[in-house]
Amino acid sequence: MTGAPVLEVERLIKHFPVGGGLLSRRKVVVRAVDGVDLQVRPGRTFGLVGESGCGKSTIAMLLAKLLEPTAGRIRFDGRDVSGLRGAALKEFRRRVQIVFQDPYGALDPRQTILSALTEPLFTLGVVSGRARAVERATESIGLMGLDPEVLKRLPHELSGGQRQRIVIARALAVAPQLLVLDEPTSSVDVSVQAQILSRLEELKARQGLTYVLISHNLVVVRYMSDVVAVMYLGRIVEMAESARLFASPLHPYAAALISAIPVPDPEARTVAALARGDVPSPVHMPAGCRYHPRCPYAERVCREADPPLTEVQSGHHAACHFPGVAFRQAR
Amino acid sequence: MARRDREPPVLEVRDLSLELSIRGRWVRALDGVSLTIHRGEALGLVGESGSGKSLTALSVPGLLPDNARVVGGSIRVMGEDTLGRSERDLAALRARSVAFVFQNPTSYLNPMLTVGRQIAEVFEQSPELLDASGRAGALSRGERRRRAWLKSIESLRLVRIPDPDRIVRQYPFELSGGMQQRAVIAMALARRPHLVIADEITTALDVTVQAQILSLLSELRRQIDMTLLLITHDLGIVAQLADRVAVMYAGSVVESADARTFFRAARHPYSQALLQAVPTIHGDRTVLRPIPGTMPALAAPPPGCRFHPRCPRVLEACARIKPEPVTTGPGQAVACHLYGSPAE
Repeated sequence: MTGAPVLEVERLIKHFPVGGGLLSRRKVVVRAVDGVDLQVRPGRTFGLVGESGCGKSTIAMLLAKLLEPTAGRIRFDGRDVSGLRGAALKEFRRRVQIVFQDPYGALDPRQTILSALTEPLFTLGVVSGRARAVERATESIGLMGLDPEVLKRLPHELSGGQRQRIVIARALAVAPQLLVLDEPTSSVDVSVQAQILSRLEELKARQGLTYVLISHNLVVVRYMSDVVAVMYLGRIVEMAESARLFASPLHPYAAALISAIPVPDPEARTVAALARGDVPSPVHMPAGCRYHPRCPYAERVCREADPPLTEVQSGHHAACHFPGVAFRQAR
Repeated sequence: MARRDREPPVLEVRDLSLELSIRGRWVRALDGVSLTIHRGEALGLVGESGSGKSLTALSVPGLLPDNARVVGGSIRVMGEDTLGRSERDLAALRARSVAFVFQNPTSYLNPMLTVGRQIAEVFEQSPELLDASGRAGALSRGERRRRAWLKSIESLRLVRIPDPDRIVRQYPFELSGGMQQRAVIAMALARRPHLVIADEITTALDVTVQAQILSLLSELRRQIDMTLLLITHDLGIVAQLADRVAVMYAGSVVESADARTFFRAARHPYSQALLQAVPTIHGDRTVLRPIPGTMPALAAPPPGCRFHPRCPRVLEACARIKPEPVTTGPGQAVACHLYGSPAE
């Protein structure tokens, strides 16, 4: 790992109050993000993986400053982002761009693609003058492998894959430093996914971009990421270099996730349902280790004490009382 | 297998062609689709969106949308023709023979009824399921209800729902997505259908829950000799569950093979491209090979082989003649000019 982190997150917490009823005195809180620390180095891809409700998309919104944290700190390029105002905030918005999963919702149905791409260029003050903006939009569309002809179109005239590439092109047009990709390919077919992922890989190398990739798809995260963090109920439960985490997961949840991926090889019928039941609600957080009700290796200590994320091996962090237990037993 | 080959296939689709009305114009959405599934087999029908895999599946139990019309071919379930049947006959077919499980269990379950009530209804409507000796007609109404309720608990047990005596009294919203999907599977299996069609049934589920449902299906296949048509875009799921694979592209089956052969030696350039477009979890970071271009629009399909504009191994004939399936090995048929044509 080289260079100072471009992004540092410390003890990040985001709680959402949910209605406990008008007359209810009981305050109910969804602990969407519940104490997350992470660092992202420049030019690298940080993959954040987990199932629905684990808080990964909330982190995406927090990183892009579309939500304010309940507590904790986010530093971008060495600067705390919480106090950013005016020109500094505008500059932050240019340098940190976010791409969402749903390319329908992210584009105005009545706006041409050209106007969708040039609008942020003006608002964020990236270019002045229409000719320059059109040039920039055309260039950006080309980066995602699209024909400039699409600029004249409306969103409904395009396929889902084209729309998703347009949304990425729009984020790239403002020349960001950090791209937060929230499920960038989960609404497209595999052949389109392959096109988008390989473009993103090329661009990262060519333009020195940094990515935070958020996905429920482990295969995509494995393919794209240098460092991977696995989230469960608002916490990171394991974090390591991608190859290492996938080869020898230390947390039983990470091991269950990895073994749950259907491998495209009938000779290796491996689908093992290692995790019991479903993810519990982030309102009624289990005591002790949050994963213990689903963990086949849970012991008494797991029901009582919440294990912190610790560096179990050099560069390999896990939050488990018995790190490596699932991996050892699978051998 | 030999015994089963003599009985009629559970499902036989021959040269099925279908048109969809899109903005007032009829366009060809399925173009000569053929599939065969024998008893106890699981066929994985794979393809990307717009390939026609769901339309093919929906046409079997007569669930096609209003803007679709069959223009050729035949569909036989247990040897009986199903095309052109009345809605009444089709409803009977769906009740007896063909069960369909969809992607989204919440839209399939009635939110106002307990899970047990919904499954019990299936049994009450078909009292022959309640008494193996065929005297169910003689049962009192109360006795029928009691037996149907017990049967619904048994059904939940079959799909490995923990604590079925409690779950049977719960409403759908009280269950997690994985449990709902299990309840829907229980309902589909209640009448012991000849064929179960599962259309992307794990797509909406989390990966650990998906693994639970996949291992349930694979256990059920052994336990009750379930015949399965599995519609999915995920080649991993096919590899884990299916005996045979059929790949669809732009309305046609381009390759069919047994699963081992397919994953070891897929022959059609589209099948090969599809396999290389999926990143894998194991080993080193592999280079993804995206498939250039996009799936053609139904309204303007390219002439000849519909894959030819994107094909890395295109021949002169590909733009002119639509290739017919050619047998390239035991249990493997490929519709591609690289492997000759049936006439030669």
